[in-house]
Amino acid sequence: MLFLLLPLIAIFAQAFAEGVAIFWNNLSDEYTLAAIGLTLLVTALTIPVNLVFGVFLAWLVTRFEFPGRRLLQTLIDIPFAVSPVVAGLVYLLLYGSSGWVGSWLDGYDIQLMFAWPGIVLVTIFVTCPFVARELIPLMQAQGALEEEAAVTLGASGWTIFRRVTLPNIKWALLYGVILTNARAVGEFGAVSVVSGSIRGETNTLPLHVELLYQDYNTVGAFTAAALLALIALFTLAAKAGLEWRATRREQFR
Amino acid sequence: MSIRLTNIAKTFGRTKALEPLDLNIADGELVGLLGPSGSGKTTLLRIIAGLEQPDRASQGSIHFGERDVTQVHVRDRRIGFVFQHYALFRHMSVFDNVAFGLTALPRRERPSTGEIRTCVNRLLEMVRLEEFAKRYPAQLSGGQQQRVSLARAWHSNPTCYCWMSLLARWMPRCVRNSGAGCVICTTS
Repeated sequence: MLFLLLPLIAIFAQAFAEGVAIFWNNLSDEYTLAAIGLTLLVTALTIPVNLVFGVFLAWLVTRFEFPGRRLLQTLIDIPFAVSPVVAGLVYLLLYGSSGWVGSWLDGYDIQLMFAWPGIVLVTIFVTCPFVARELIPLMQAQGALEEEAAVTLGASGWTIFRRVTLPNIKWALLYGVILTNARAVGEFGAVSVVSGSIRGETNTLPLHVELLYQDYNTVGAFTAAALLALIALFTLAAKAGLEWRATRREQFR
Repeated sequence: MSIRLTNIAKTFGRTKALEPLDLNIADGELVGLLGPSGSGKTTLLRIIAGLEQPDRASQGSIHFGERDVTQVHVRDRRIGFVFQHYALFRHMSVFDNVAFGLTALPRRERPSTGEIRTCVNRLLEMVRLEEFAKRYPAQLSGGQQQRVSLARAWHSNPTCYCWMSLLARWMPRCVRNSGAGCVICTTS
């Protein structure tokens, strides 16, 4: 436990090392605010995309039989297997202005790499398995019987999803979203490759921590780190809350 | 409504679940399928309901009366299906379970809330579960769940029932009250 708590305590201690006033100054510094803003933007775009994609993928894999189903299930895990830096490099290769897709986009004056769209793309990639991986085992264990009952009763596909499937998966879905959120906020490797770390423009919060530390602004770096640590703590609390709710429901069965 | 199956076969991968078979069920007839586990009874019922498709190779067909329903989707076949383990919607109350067939209708065709309530209450009375309307499936005994699943399948005046469990007590009442075409039971 000490190994987990000590670093956390150290982060907050260092952030407040020069007093609360300096802490607030660091927090409201324009580049820090820009970094926070960009992180929020990236997260706000990543979560809905991966929510829809993850649910769709889980639905496909658990409710239908088709050739290549098992392959698809394995492919979902690719972002986990690949090092984030490698993922970033692949995106640069594809979407950089001399890349396969990027050079075509360049003709339309669209720049994805070293700009916020590239960061969003790469974050979507590294977080895409979370929702699907939470849902697939659950939906496989629950089986399709309730959905089959619903279809014999005349319900349309959307009605079945909305009234039968969704209520049965909502806690796992929420958990997947929380994990996606945590990873999207904290992603460093892939983002660092594609962002170019342009202060005030393509700096996310984790990148900003690195920048400040390289500027020998230790307290500033720890201030930004404290913010990230706070988000991590909220994530843990939300996860614990969900698990508590889940066990409480089980007790009433 | 009579049911006519012609040349229906089903293979799962390399397992032959059903050899090509013909089956004729007259209007109002009550048919019981008996057989050991693995003999294909469930598969046959699921094919009738449309939850499985018969093998294309044998070019079988299914007729409800004069109507060829081989290509008709499950939801349009109007079969009252009672599953072996009831498959009740676990997060809905007994009332909402039984009402599902009505509340799932598109808005244009859906009866009013009052009409739905009357219909559901009548169904619950028929299976003697009026007091359990607000309970959830997990709070019911196996027999009670069975009755809920029967009431749920009963709602829409289906053309035919497929029961995957033996509800001996309810059979005569079902055939008498609902006016449904025919009833098929399977039991292992």
